[in-house]
Amino acid sequence: MSRHVVVVGAGPAGLGAAAGALRAGARVTLLDAAEEPGGQYHRMPPAAFGAARPGRLHHGWSGFERLRDRVLGHSRCDWWPESAVWSVDRAEQGPPHVHVLRGEADGAGRERHVLRPDALVLAPGAHDRVLPFPGWDLPGVHTAGAAQALAKGERLLIGDPVLIAGSGPFLLPVAASLIEAGGTVLAVLEANPAATVARGWAARPWELAPQAGKAGELAGYAALLARHRVPYRTGRAVIEARGDGRVEEAVTARLRHDWSVVPGTERTVAVDALCVTHGFSPQLELPVAAGCRLRGGAFTEVDGHQRTSVPGVYAAGEITGIAGAPAARTEGLLAGWAAGGGDPGDRAAAALRRRRDRGRAFADRLAAAHPVGAAWPGWLRPDTIVCRCEETAYGTLLRAADGEAAGSARAVRLGTRAGLGPCQARVCGPTVAELLRDRAAGGDPHRRPVAQPIRLGELANPPVDTPDKKESAR
Amino acid sequence: MSARLVPAGADRTGRRPDVPLRITVDGEPVDGVDGQTIAGVLLAAGRRTWRRGPSGAPRGVFCGIGACFDCLLTVNGVRDVRACRRRARDGDAVATQSREAR
Ligand SMILES: Cc1cc2nc3c(=O)[nH]c(=O)nc-3n(C[C@H](O)[C@H](O)[C@H](O)COP(=O)(O)OP(=O)(O)OC[C@H]3O[C@@H](n4cnc5c(N)ncnc54)[C@H](O)[C@@H]3O)c2cc1C
Ligand code: FES
Repeated sequence: MSRHVVVVGAGPAGLGAAAGALRAGARVTLLDAAEEPGGQYHRMPPAAFGAARPGRLHHGWSGFERLRDRVLGHSRCDWWPESAVWSVDRAEQGPPHVHVLRGEADGAGRERHVLRPDALVLAPGAHDRVLPFPGWDLPGVHTAGAAQALAKGERLLIGDPVLIAGSGPFLLPVAASLIEAGGTVLAVLEANPAATVARGWAARPWELAPQAGKAGELAGYAALLARHRVPYRTGRAVIEARGDGRVEEAVTARLRHDWSVVPGTERTVAVDALCVTHGFSPQLELPVAAGCRLRGGAFTEVDGHQRTSVPGVYAAGEITGIAGAPAARTEGLLAGWAAGGGDPGDRAAAALRRRRDRGRAFADRLAAAHPVGAAWPGWLRPDTIVCRCEETAYGTLLRAADGEAAGSARAVRLGTRAGLGPCQARVCGPTVAELLRDRAAGGDPHRRPVAQPIRLGELANPPVDTPDKKESAR
Repeated sequence: MSARLVPAGADRTGRRPDVPLRITVDGEPVDGVDGQTIAGVLLAAGRRTWRRGPSGAPRGVFCGIGACFDCLLTVNGVRDVRACRRRARDGDAVATQSREAR
């Protein structure tokens, strides 16, 4: 019988991986916690909306539809929507076992399944990283991704008027989506000064050429902003949100290249909603649970064939680096091909590898053009919330780090509860690690034994036997 | 102003006319549209908060994709459901929840 490849995540990377594995002749189980494939990039309106032209909101929609239909309609592919992988555990032999909960999001009656694949491709993507600032916990302050997900995924405008701030090219599609949904975007603020952005993008311009699609997409957004007279300002950030029980005003300021505030440049803007992003945090819980080595502590390490350090486990997309949807898809195709037993010397694979390498170069430039300036903690006050779940304040964290818990990040966390709330440090983990870097060592910000919430009752139920046949064909 | 649904008639995606649904939130009826998440129903109905943090601070949607757990509420008696991930169904009984209630 052919190899069985399990692919976690059906975004650009996961769909690519399923296609690659199918092409190599493998049998594929593709699963995603969402009801529809597409991931964050090709997020579509719900089936109940009966949208005749969902592609109107998307770049590269027809290519996505072709890939989706080819993969989901393939006789060797089994598509599991609404299936959340809550853990993977290392097996004695072969790749880890995959623990899945199938059914309505956070429902009580989900079915447990355990898959034992011949190869596993992890493609769970990333979520926005938002640095804290005073008032970021007020209702009406959202991640830029939330605004994007609601606009694309359920045609909801998050507020009106909106200010968009932070860093990275992602600010632009978010602004475009809010304008498309009929909202007023007051401005788009990029925290890095124009010189940093220009230096990052303009260095080695030949590396950009293969990503012409991406560059064209960004140019389109820039033109749209100009048409709607939405200012795009560099070197300016939101350093505070104010309001009584909800955001009413944003305080912006000019920043130096290290993101320290230029005194006297503060301005106050009335807003209905504020959307912020300072880059992306890869969802590393599954690779960490599988035992995969990380690169620089920040991304899953992969070799030329997208193999991780664990035999039989492959990684693709944003968990290996942030380079956008086309690069994620290319990585997925390569990972799936290798996971499915495809010949690494194959000509098509070699071409994909070259494309993947250019995607990596693009990721490096993106990181160089939109770094997080080291002086951002200067925005914080002692009472600024750092961990949203447990409401741990910056001052509390510093006192613990300088006091009894000195030297141990773990002791600081236990003492202040930072990172111990419902989100399990998904939001504050990178921030707390950064704030404690010079004061307290240790503790892995990505270790989260339960990747998706599971209820104790569900855990007590025995797993349903997964028959060795195509499920989605039922 | 606040959050709002793009009107079906003006929606470039060619969405079909809305199918209404009604949920209750702490006993009060709130109207929405089939296909919306519970977070979408609440936001479009003008509600921004439905949870309280440990200090009582109001919370609603932050990440919108299931990562931050700011939007938790109780649905038909089941606690800790992420409103941004769960589709609303006609007749759902939703209750707000706070951290102290544990
Ligand atoms: C909210 C949001 C919106 C974005 N919108 C845009 C945009 O409009 N334009 C743009 O250029 N870039 C956008 N991005 C960036 C985008 O993440 C990437 O360009 C691209 O989608 C990455 O592809 P991927 O396949 O690596 O991950 P994703 O597209 O994130 O796909 C990962 C998939 O894995 C699933 N998953 C994760 N964990 C599990 C699990 N444990 N069990 C089961 N399934 C799981 C998720 O449901 C998701 O469908 C957005 C990012 C975010 C966070
Ligand atoms: S808003 Fe973050 S989990 Fe729902």
